[in-house]
Amino acid sequence: MQTDNLELKKLVYLYLMNYAKSQPDMAIMAVNTFVKDCEDPNPLIRALAVRTMGCIRVDKITEYLCEPLRKCLKDEDPYVRKTAAVCVAKLHDINAQLVEDQGFLDTLKDLISDSNPMVVANAVAALSEIAESHPSSNLLDLNPQSINKLLTALNECTEWGQIFILDCLANYMPKDDREAQSICERVTPRLSHANSAVVLSAVKVLMKFMEMLSKDLDYYGTLLKKLAPPLVTLLSAEPELQYVALRNINLIVQKRPEILKHEMKVFFVKYNDPIYVKLEKLDIMIRLASQANIAQVLAELKEYATEVDVDFVRKAVRAIGRCAIKVEQSAERCVSTLLDLIQTKVNYVVQEAIVVIKDIFRKYPNKYESVIATLCENLDSLDEPEARAAMIWIVGEYAERIDNADELLESFLEGFHDESTQVQLQLLTAIVKLFLKKPTETQELVQQVLSLATQDSDNPDLRDRGYIYWRLLSTDPVAAKEVVLAEKPLISEETDLIEPTLLDELICHIGTLASVYHKPPGAFVEGGRGVVHKSLPPRTGSSESAESPDTAPAGVPAADQPSVIPTQGDLLGDLLNLDLGPPVSGPPVATSSVQMGAVDLLGGGLDSLMGGGSGGFAPAPGTAVPSNTGAPLGSGLGDLFDLTGGVGTLSGSYVAPKTVWLPAMKAKGLEISGTFSRQVGSISMDLVLTNKALQVMSDFAIQFNRNSFGLAPAAPLQVHAPLAPNQSVEISLPLNTVGSVMKMDPLNNLQVAVKNNIDVFYFSTLYPLHILFVEDGKMERQMFLATWKDIPNENETQFQIKDCSLNADSVSSKLQGSNIFTIAKRNVEGQDMLYQSLKLTNGIWVLAELRIQPSNPSFTLSLKCRAPEVSQYVYQAYETILKN
Amino acid sequence: MIHSLFLINAAGDIFLEKHWKSVVSRSVCDYFFEAQERASEAENVPPVIPTPHHYLLSVYRHKIFFVAVIQSEVPPLFVIEFLHRVVDTFQDYFGVCSEVIIKDNVVVVYEVLEEMLDNGFPLATESNILKELIKPPTILRTVVNTITGSTNVGDQLPTGQLSVVPWRRTGVKYTNNEAYFDVIEEIDAIIDKSGSTITAEIQGVIDACVKLTGMPDLTLSFMNPRLLDDVSFHPCVRFKRWESERILSFIPPDGNFRLLSYHVSAQNLVAIPVYVKHNISFRDSSSLGRFEITVGPKQTMGKTVEGVMVTSQMPKSVLNMTLTPSQGTHVFDPVTKLLSWDVGKINPQKLPSLKGSVSLQAGTSKPDENPTINLQFKIQQLAISGLKVNRLDMYGEKYKPFKGIKYMTKAGKFQVRT
Repeated sequence: MQTDNLELKKLVYLYLMNYAKSQPDMAIMAVNTFVKDCEDPNPLIRALAVRTMGCIRVDKITEYLCEPLRKCLKDEDPYVRKTAAVCVAKLHDINAQLVEDQGFLDTLKDLISDSNPMVVANAVAALSEIAESHPSSNLLDLNPQSINKLLTALNECTEWGQIFILDCLANYMPKDDREAQSICERVTPRLSHANSAVVLSAVKVLMKFMEMLSKDLDYYGTLLKKLAPPLVTLLSAEPELQYVALRNINLIVQKRPEILKHEMKVFFVKYNDPIYVKLEKLDIMIRLASQANIAQVLAELKEYATEVDVDFVRKAVRAIGRCAIKVEQSAERCVSTLLDLIQTKVNYVVQEAIVVIKDIFRKYPNKYESVIATLCENLDSLDEPEARAAMIWIVGEYAERIDNADELLESFLEGFHDESTQVQLQLLTAIVKLFLKKPTETQELVQQVLSLATQDSDNPDLRDRGYIYWRLLSTDPVAAKEVVLAEKPLISEETDLIEPTLLDELICHIGTLASVYHKPPGAFVEGGRGVVHKSLPPRTGSSESAESPDTAPAGVPAADQPSVIPTQGDLLGDLLNLDLGPPVSGPPVATSSVQMGAVDLLGGGLDSLMGGGSGGFAPAPGTAVPSNTGAPLGSGLGDLFDLTGGVGTLSGSYVAPKTVWLPAMKAKGLEISGTFSRQVGSISMDLVLTNKALQVMSDFAIQFNRNSFGLAPAAPLQVHAPLAPNQSVEISLPLNTVGSVMKMDPLNNLQVAVKNNIDVFYFSTLYPLHILFVEDGKMERQMFLATWKDIPNENETQFQIKDCSLNADSVSSKLQGSNIFTIAKRNVEGQDMLYQSLKLTNGIWVLAELRIQPSNPSFTLSLKCRAPEVSQYVYQAYETILKN
Repeated sequence: MIHSLFLINAAGDIFLEKHWKSVVSRSVCDYFFEAQERASEAENVPPVIPTPHHYLLSVYRHKIFFVAVIQSEVPPLFVIEFLHRVVDTFQDYFGVCSEVIIKDNVVVVYEVLEEMLDNGFPLATESNILKELIKPPTILRTVVNTITGSTNVGDQLPTGQLSVVPWRRTGVKYTNNEAYFDVIEEIDAIIDKSGSTITAEIQGVIDACVKLTGMPDLTLSFMNPRLLDDVSFHPCVRFKRWESERILSFIPPDGNFRLLSYHVSAQNLVAIPVYVKHNISFRDSSSLGRFEITVGPKQTMGKTVEGVMVTSQMPKSVLNMTLTPSQGTHVFDPVTKLLSWDVGKINPQKLPSLKGSVSLQAGTSKPDENPTINLQFKIQQLAISGLKVNRLDMYGEKYKPFKGIKYMTKAGKFQVRT
């Protein structure tokens, strides 16, 4: 080993690496040479020695490794330092405790500020790998100085080093938009790198920091433009790279469709692309489809539908249907394309086409029914359950227009027991629909199917549904008609969109396995290790306006959103169609506001069924108490105020009196007034609904638009009995804060939609911020001090609270009731200083300093918070609480 | 980081494995074999396969699967790029990358792989540096080695790794100093039935072969640099200079390397140099079909189109084809149903054509899909995007190098739908 022949030395080292494990005692004897080689004048030998030593996984040797490693980490030669940095990661893998005890982690952190870019890159790589097994430790705690170092190193290190550095940068949270912009500017050149992994990591950093930039900025637009070409270039690479790139582009397109909206053509499929690339391209094509390019897209899709690969053809046909649903103007063309495809008589094409035409019927009712005849011609060729079910649904739904509907359905009935459950259920529903539409001729048929479903079937779903229909039909055919033939909710435009919070998390993981699987890392990374959830930074630009509607993923302003609130009837209707695929964009809705009569008719069977299935009948949350105010129309408001006297004065934070949110004039006679309250940790919206119209109101439902803090109803709006004219009902609707988040202007704006049997009404209201102050908002003193110092001074805002005559103690107890906690009280030169903290439901801490002068009725309030835009609303909350 | 690498041949045998950390059992590849079975063709094996404890990332090149095993969250592109680098290195070392060659040179392969990664972190991936560490095998060296008993391991360590230009080795000496640049453009296009272009884009590269003594500093400028708005550079190119002056300034690596790749997608800039007239019809009633293709030049700027090759995948129901070409040779393989026609040069006065009949399987209805025609061609001395190199200057060394620029346009994925 002590030879000077380099080749021999290498070979001996290699031998040691492989056999040290089986002969640990012998291997120890080599330690001395390693230690000696670590002091060799030739830096390359020093590096080779430390590299090899790290690869020997024998505990006894590892102990001796520490000293040479420490020296090498501080070696004068960058090549040795660079190798030593990786060696720390190796050692950590063998013995984590040792690495921590020996303080190697700190040395490694120091290497981030090394003068040599390669050393920096390797140090970052080693730290990232170590951090992965220690998610809690703040190994990569970055500050603006170290970020600067990294950015400098980024320009000079190898491609692999650039990937490590970019991935590390993506975890940094810039303090404001200016810093974010300057980082973006320095990362942008990486988009022209030849290595696709570098490009994608750079895209990740940019996508993440872009979130902080104001959309009005010129730079924002420039950046958007710069992102498109590199993404397009990735698609000309080898298929494996294309696949990973496409999976990521799929996310990017959902988050920021504007980047690639003009690049549709690069996603056109070449016939010799591997199947996994084809399917991904198709998916993105549909996401990018818009009125402007729909003609091109359809022509392509039609082309694909004649290809050889069955899976791809099926997906292409489905895609045509999705286009029709997404771009209304194209629906007609899509339908005619589908009809052309049906004419080809290729079995699987026809079947797919029928499945998607069913969706088109649901989206655009009463528009394309003329094609039904063509569909019926192909009835016999359908052999897949999904297509059969779709066809049966169409026949049942449009039974009145199909002359021989009964014959068609009867033909299916012959082999009823051989069909799959999906088809059986659909057949049952379709025949009941047919019966309700043409009762005279089909009585025999319906009896036959009911007996087949209830008596001869082992499937509980089928049996139960059969019984429901049977009872409905035998007790009250009119009610049955209302239930079975109820209007169905429209289906949503975009299918399989990723949920926004998950999407945001995935955007932070662009270029990783998580982004390939479209699952958060926690869902599949090897168990045992906690995974740090990453989130997009909040936007900090002060000139921020509310997001324009066209950038909202759904692309629909709230007012036009179809089927926000399905009614009770819809839900049942939906229940009937449940097994026919497409997701419905409706919230879970009360299952209990069926007219009382109907409930009686359905009898105990249904009652228990529904109770067991959905818990909808349990009157636990948000119980409504109908009370007839008996007041004449005009004076309802006064009475309402009286009513509130009894409510909301329990323990809990301050509750403002109810105000009218939706005047009766604007809502066809429905008046809504209300307020927000917080009691023992739960937020609720206390509503009074008053019927000032002349007709009975029923089927109430409520939904919130996305808002700044994710407020959403925690339970459906339950109004048990229909609301008679001149009657009002008081409801406490529990809320939670797990809904989707969108920044509103003003911040505490809440847009609400309420539906009843008459119409859908929209109104917006402001909620006081203190309902969001959580009970555990008391900060430790030390923590408070540290945080106060840590938040930059420009985030501090001062307010005056005028005309308040309370003393410090009563102020603090009053505020405590609303979850604003006093941490310390000091008396400075006759003034009382209260130091307070509070925490919002989304985890934002607000620190406050309240200065009270005994003689002066106006207080000075200084607020410090990392998200300064909330300060103003916190101040408003203070004022409201203190003055009431 | 990257744990292990398995090389698997078409028959599904693992013929080489390399572990950079602890040993991962071969059985992990069973998941890969499962996926391989599910995919109809080798190309269709998904590149990312999850297993209970590991992830398998694979690339398929030269009929070999390169399967990397990773255990934690690693950027998949990082791994795939690395695998490509492995393939390129093998090709660079042995000329071709095949199972036989790898098996023959198994010692060199292991030595190279050992140097490429350290504990899963990339160590030396530049072929310049690798070649200094481990000399590529040549016949002469093999003979010498057998006689003298020495091996391919370089007896000095890579000095390049220590310098600020890690891609160039020091102490390079040539008697003839020369620098050649090839501007190669590939046209990817989809042409529809009626002959209009659906998509067309140019993937261009500038490949260089630089054999210059010492540490030369080169600048390359273009007549029309504005064409290049979507570019990826070799790490040696100074990006700042490009941003400000649109000039490529760099210290080149020694030998062959790719200086730059670019992408032109603006539709009006992409000229389509050839057209295909086709008339392919299958009749429902009879079992015969007609087949006729003519190829002609379109926008070639007066240059000759050569190396033309037409291939087309016929539908399954085609039994045989009776065709006569006006020039070149054609082959129809009745098993794979692949028609290929080697046309050669296109003479604009007498356009090449291929005519004849197609016999279909009796009793089957006419095929649903129309065959797509795949085209290959070459045009020398022309960069179809119009990119032109203005001048090449050298600084930092005294001698006068010999300089040369070559242009070429090729068909990439050029498809005509019928």
